[in-house]
Parts: sequence; C-alpha cells; structure tokens
Amino acid sequence: MKTLEELKAIREKTLEQVRLRKDHDGKHARIVVGMATCGIAAGARPVMMSFLEELKKRGMENVTVTQTGCVGMCTYEPMADVYLPGEEKVTYVELTPEKVNRIVVEHLANGKPVVEFSIGARQAKKDEE
Amino acid sequence: MIYLIFLINTAIIMRDLSLHLLDVVQNSVKAKSTLVTISIEIDENGKMKVTVLDDGCGMSKEMVEQVTNPFFTTRTTREVGLGIPLLMENAKRTCGDMHIESTLGEGTKIVAEFDTKHIDALPLGNMGQTIATLCACYPTQCDFIFTYTKEEQNVHFDTREVKEVLQEVPINSHEVLVWIEQSVQEEMKEQL
Repeated sequence: MKTLEELKAIREKTLEQVRLRKDHDGKHARIVVGMATCGIAAGARPVMMSFLEELKKRGMENVTVTQTGCVGMCTYEPMADVYLPGEEKVTYVELTPEKVNRIVVEHLANGKPVVEFSIGARQAKKDEE
Repeated sequence: MIYLIFLINTAIIMRDLSLHLLDVVQNSVKAKSTLVTISIEIDENGKMKVTVLDDGCGMSKEMVEQVTNPFFTTRTTREVGLGIPLLMENAKRTCGDMHIESTLGEGTKIVAEFDTKHIDALPLGNMGQTIATLCACYPTQCDFIFTYTKEEQNVHFDTREVKEVLQEVPINSHEVLVWIEQSVQEEMKEQL
C-alpha cells in the first residue's frame, strides 16, 4: 500500500543525491524520449518507464530523463537521444523496454553506445533491403 | 477525405484511453497551463465522461473548429495533428462524442464521452504510467490533478500535494516517478 510515509522516506533517501546533482550542474547524462502522438502510439511510454526503472535500480539519479516532440521521423519511433557529457549524442530508434536495459548498462553505465540500436545502424540496414 | 477513411480503418492507433490522455494533456502544457485537471467519471450505466481542464492560453472560436481537423496543427515539423481527431474518433466509435470549450486567455476544456459497454470501447489503460510520464516530462512548469469516480469510489491524485511532501527533492526523481506510477495504479485497481 503506497503511502505518504513512503514518499517521505524516498525524500530522505534522495536528498543527498539531489545535493550532489546540484554540485555537478551541466555535467550530467541526459536521455530525451520522443513523446508526441507518434511516439506514444508507437510505445514510447513503456520505454520511458523502463528507463526510469533501470536508472532507479542502479541509483543513477544524476541521469535526467526528459521528453521531446515529433522530430519528423515517425516510423522510427519510439526514439530516444542519449547525451553523455562531452560526447556526441546517440539517437536510438525503434526502442522497446527490453532494449532499454542494454542501453542503460552498456551506454549509460559503461560509456559504450549500443550501435545496433542506433539510427545509423537502422538506416544502414534499410539501405541493404 | 481519403485520409479520413484511412484514419477510420487503421486499427485503433492509441490502444487505450490513458495513452490518449498522455497525448492531449501535453497540448494543455504547451498552451502554458499551470494546472491541468484530468477527471474520469463512470456512471451506473457504464457511461464514461472524461474531462481535461486547463488554465492555458485558450483558443479562438476559429481555432476550436480547426483542431478536430487532422490536417491542422501548430507544429512546424509536420502537417498533421492527430491527437484530438483520434480521441474524437474513438469517442464516436462507442456512440459517444467529444467537444471542446475554450476562452482566449483563460483556458480550455475538453469533454469526451464514451460508452464503456460498447463493443468497440477502449480499455482505460494504465493511468499510473500516464501521470508518472507527465511528471517526468513537465516537473516544474505544470501541476496535474487526476480524479476517477465510479459510483461511490474515488481516486484523487494531486502533484501539488506530492511536491509539498518532497520539498526540495524534484518530482522527476526516478524513485518518486516509480512511486507515483505504482501509487496511482494501486488506487485504480482497488476501484475495479
């Protein structure tokens, strides 16, 4: 049973991480998930929830998850851009909750983008077809 | 016209009501709302009334007439705006309807009615995920109230109450968002 007491406990727990986040302003990783009509219809909501769950599991509070609108490539939705400080963004396409696990572990935690889920790989595959 | 026929024939693009709500509430936020209220009421005959009420910039009478047109949008990246037309389509499919009231400078109210007993009725879906996603996307610019009423039962969620408990901890902390999803869903399950 979810209670406000639980919420208070979460607040206590997260307070320290919030202070840490403030000290490192501008140097965080960011995940931007497409959440327009096309994204939602394609399944972006469970993808976003999956990012939140995986980051929560690993205590990665310094990674911000946010949204963007339609970028005009609706057939590739659900899409997410991952920005690591100092790195070029990586655009992931046709995401599913299962793919999110690998992205959090390999890219966010270990700095290695999952190339096979990226837009580059998808477009190369399209050229082959 | 052909496009409209295409819309009608596509197997319902939004699988449930909670996804439609995630979509249209974003319109309210983009209209610079500070508070958006989402209410769902189901009466004893299974008639569902869904209301989205905002305090955003509102629309002119001409724009209200335009928003149900799939080829009308305020976006610049595409020439279609499907959110509202799709919602209206689904309401009409269950012999319900949708109408929009708006006043420039005050806000907009969308009312969509559905017959939950109709064979084509959409499931309600996961409101917990929708509310959590809205809090993730718009942690500071807007507050959200969600209410669900069925006979005597009542679900009430208000982000302002959550923020009051959290104080300096942002509502879009991962743990908080997961708590919001589970909290709303638990309350919803108790109603069914």
